[in-house]
Amino acid sequence: MNDQTADLLLQIATVLYFSSFAGYAGFLFTQKKMYQKTALCLVASGVLVHFISMAVYTFSNHLVPILNLSQSLSVSAFALGCMFLFVQYKSDLKILGVFASALLTVIMGISLMIPEAPVVKNEVFKGFWFYSHILLIFLGEASLALACGTGILYLLQEKGIKTKAPGFFFRRLPSLDFLDDVGYTCLTNGFALLTIGLVTGFIYAKVIWGRFWSWDPKEIASVGTWLIYAALLHLRFYSGWRGRKSAIMTIIGFFIIIFTFIGVKILVGGHHDTFTK
Amino acid sequence: MQEIILIGLNHKTAPVELREKLSFTSEETLLALEFLKKNQDIREGLVFSTCNRTEVLFIPETYGQTEKIIEFISRHKNIGIPEFKSALYIHEGDDAIRHLFRVASSLDSMVVGEPQILGQIKQAYRIAVENGCSGVLLNRLMHKSFSIAKKIRRETGIGDNAVSISYAAIELANKIFADLSEKNVLLLGAGEMAELAVEHLLSNNVKEIVVANRTFKNAVALAEKFNGKAVTFEEREDALTHADIIISSTGATDYVLTHDQVRRVMKKRNHRTLFFIDIAVPRDIDPKINSISNAYVYDIDDLKNIVESNIEGREKETVKAERLIEEAALKFQKWLETLAIVPTIKALNDKMTSIVEIECKKTLSAMKHLTKEDIDAIQRMTQAIASRTIHDPIRFLRNTGDHRDDSLYLNVTRQLFNLGGSEEE
Repeated sequence: MNDQTADLLLQIATVLYFSSFAGYAGFLFTQKKMYQKTALCLVASGVLVHFISMAVYTFSNHLVPILNLSQSLSVSAFALGCMFLFVQYKSDLKILGVFASALLTVIMGISLMIPEAPVVKNEVFKGFWFYSHILLIFLGEASLALACGTGILYLLQEKGIKTKAPGFFFRRLPSLDFLDDVGYTCLTNGFALLTIGLVTGFIYAKVIWGRFWSWDPKEIASVGTWLIYAALLHLRFYSGWRGRKSAIMTIIGFFIIIFTFIGVKILVGGHHDTFTK
Repeated sequence: MQEIILIGLNHKTAPVELREKLSFTSEETLLALEFLKKNQDIREGLVFSTCNRTEVLFIPETYGQTEKIIEFISRHKNIGIPEFKSALYIHEGDDAIRHLFRVASSLDSMVVGEPQILGQIKQAYRIAVENGCSGVLLNRLMHKSFSIAKKIRRETGIGDNAVSISYAAIELANKIFADLSEKNVLLLGAGEMAELAVEHLLSNNVKEIVVANRTFKNAVALAEKFNGKAVTFEEREDALTHADIIISSTGATDYVLTHDQVRRVMKKRNHRTLFFIDIAVPRDIDPKINSISNAYVYDIDDLKNIVESNIEGREKETVKAERLIEEAALKFQKWLETLAIVPTIKALNDKMTSIVEIECKKTLSAMKHLTKEDIDAIQRMTQAIASRTIHDPIRFLRNTGDHRDDSLYLNVTRQLFNLGGSEEE
């Protein structure tokens, strides 16, 4: 039980994610349920192996593996896997697996490929508020990633219907209403998690640094992201921004999240730096 | 060898009046099955009747049963044989098998690929089984037809594409709305076209139907027919606020719904999706409405285009399906043939056993000094010689090759061993 085992398990999880993507691609083209079922099982086992890997790492190092960019990516993939399984269980939007498994594979691929920065043990990064902050933010962002996925599916389906040229996707995707519904559920769940995640982050900052807000670039970007999603939900409620507009917004929102996650560090830095080193 | 015969008529060979006359209700089907069962010369039978076809599938013991069945239909339906004889098709052997497979797979349907037919055939088969009319052959044949139909549905796109305008419209509606039973329909115009369109939608169970028509009286009449609500034509913009699907078929020469009207309504309904189906010529719905977000307008030409491209796609799939059917029919035919070999082998075995028995009896009755063990040993040995002798010929018969006329060898075997024609008993 050591780091090598954890790494090996991580690689196995990546292979499982990738094979599930292959399964989902097969399902997309052939529409055979067997492919989808197999792919779903592969994602589930991938998530399980991923979890074991993280547990092994945590026990052997007495550290949660989120202390450099590679580890953070891996945790975000894990959160995405969990969230996808949850959404799949709740709404049975089978075709979303194509998006989720592709994203999982990409994230894990990057995570394994980038050179691993040395992990510096820092007593600051522990405690209830820290863990809940991390957990909620990652789950929230995973949920928003899935909202982006359904947004993409929505746009594909909508385009075919609007231009009166139902093509490859017409039969393979569910109805616009359903896609909009699932996207909306992902959006609200993600937003709620993100909100609580930010609040716990502030509390954690107060506990450690004695202040809620320290003008850290990532703090600013996160609140900015939050405001964009808040605006989207508001527009949806009060100005009927549903369907296409909402789908486009969730996609833009997710790109802003990616920027907040990685871009801020590259451009400016700040005390969240450690996680994306 | 048993021959499978199928006689019947369908939408291609008979006009609707004749099909109606010859269609069998469920009580009549029972009577027909009773007739087949009583007839000693018919071993198995099945009667299958829908609005597009009436078919009788049976396995006769002797020749000339087809005529008897035609007579029965004529007598029972009170219609002269010449009146329907020309509309009948009579398929025998592998033609019958192929035809059944095509019917079950919906290749022979009026709307190719429609899914109901398989259920109807299953029902007909169930009734035949319940009435003891189905035996080894039909059981296997029918189950094969179900599995080939499912395979074709699974492996080809035959059931995928809507090939009629109303199907295409409903399919679109199903890809826009998650659940049609929660959606309201607004009909603009109360003509025959509107009525037809609604009949299709009703089978999909929509929530409420509202009819708006210039002549209010007609709107009320149509609304009553569908348990809906009638509004005056001037109220149509208001009605639009609550509707989700709009079917328009008025005789108006100008647009009855304009871009501005729908924009206004969209705000009021908080931009919930609207689906316009415009089947009127000239068009009723301003095509510019399609550019409003969450509004989709399909006119009759758009629907026709979809149908046409679907028909093209379906033709390609039909070729694939026909190939699968050909394979399945060949396989079944092969099974039938081995079935004819089995009685031959049995007869061969029986003959050898009886020869051994007779000869043993003769010889052993003259040899009183043998112990019981000796007698048993001799009997076992003679049995073994006999079965060893016919082992290779039997293997030869069982091992049917691809390029060989099995009936020829079966015939030779019968003649060589003088098995006669009694093996079917």
